[in-house]
Amino acid sequence: MRSKLIIVVFFSAVLAVIYSCQSRGQINQAQYASNGKDLYLANCQNCHGVNGEGLGDLIPPLNDTLFLKSNKEKLACFIKNGVSQEMRINGKTYDGKMPGFSHLESIDIAQIITYITNSFGNKQGVYPYEKVATDLTKCN
Amino acid sequence: MKKLKSNFLFVVVYVFIISCNNTKTLPFYGQREAKITTDKDGNQKIDTIYQTIPNFSFLNQDSTYITQDNFKDKVYIADFFFTSCSTICPTMHRNLTTVYNEYKNNPEVMFLSHTIDFKYDKPNVLKKYAQKLGVDTKKWQFVYGSKDSVYKMAERDYLVAVQEDSSAKDGYIHQGWLVLIDKHKRIRGAYDGTKTEQVAQLKKDISILLTEK
Repeated sequence: MRSKLIIVVFFSAVLAVIYSCQSRGQINQAQYASNGKDLYLANCQNCHGVNGEGLGDLIPPLNDTLFLKSNKEKLACFIKNGVSQEMRINGKTYDGKMPGFSHLESIDIAQIITYITNSFGNKQGVYPYEKVATDLTKCN
Repeated sequence: MKKLKSNFLFVVVYVFIISCNNTKTLPFYGQREAKITTDKDGNQKIDTIYQTIPNFSFLNQDSTYITQDNFKDKVYIADFFFTSCSTICPTMHRNLTTVYNEYKNNPEVMFLSHTIDFKYDKPNVLKKYAQKLGVDTKKWQFVYGSKDSVYKMAERDYLVAVQEDSSAKDGYIHQGWLVLIDKHKRIRGAYDGTKTEQVAQLKKDISILLTEK
């Protein structure tokens, strides 16, 4: 009876350890997204809105998953240097200027991109901070 | 002693009557002065004169001059912004647009947004901004004036601080008040346009103000 109990306790302990261990990637994403949310609030929310809804035809929303996916390597440049080119988002053209946020570090930019691309209906996983540096070398 | 008791009762009843009176009125902002008038029988009467918005003349988004005549018998909300502002203005106007939509069909309510970017925000720029915000109607006037006239009006008449500041991110700093003006050009409220709960209060206060004559 006693040995049976020990076996049950042992196995449930092992199970608990397994379940409580999220993969490294999941933890990373949670951390990125939660820091990214704070950074978004401080730097982006005034214009793009608390739900990424944008503002009329002045400021584009951030819920065009297809746009975000196909322009993923440009997002870091958009944030760091600003945007003055026309963009087509959700089938609408936006030609306003976005100011650059040159004070943001690579890790900040990675966290903001991770937050945006996993909120407002987007679900695109972690954008690692190492990628920011490579993407920024390709800005035009 | 008995008299005291009945006096007390009177006071209690009086307090009840006052507290039952639910009609809320809005306060008056700004300077005020007492004006004493004597009627033909020699009775003196004291009137309070409240601060009012003086006459103005600004170019709107259609390049026509806008004056007090356009706001005659209207309740209106005034604010100060500029089109290239990336700090508080988008939030202010996102919130103010919800007020606009709520009172869209009420001809007694208007909106007056003054640009403080006298260098860049000419009428054609304001026109584009209004169109893109989706509010390009007579109901919401976007106006342009000289630095001197707009800045003076902001600080002295609407009690909103505005300033050109080269160290600020977009070149200007200003407060995000939405100022509520009644049909007699008096200031009746100021609400932080970046806070949704204050904008909700503004919506309520507009409806209170509309019941005033």
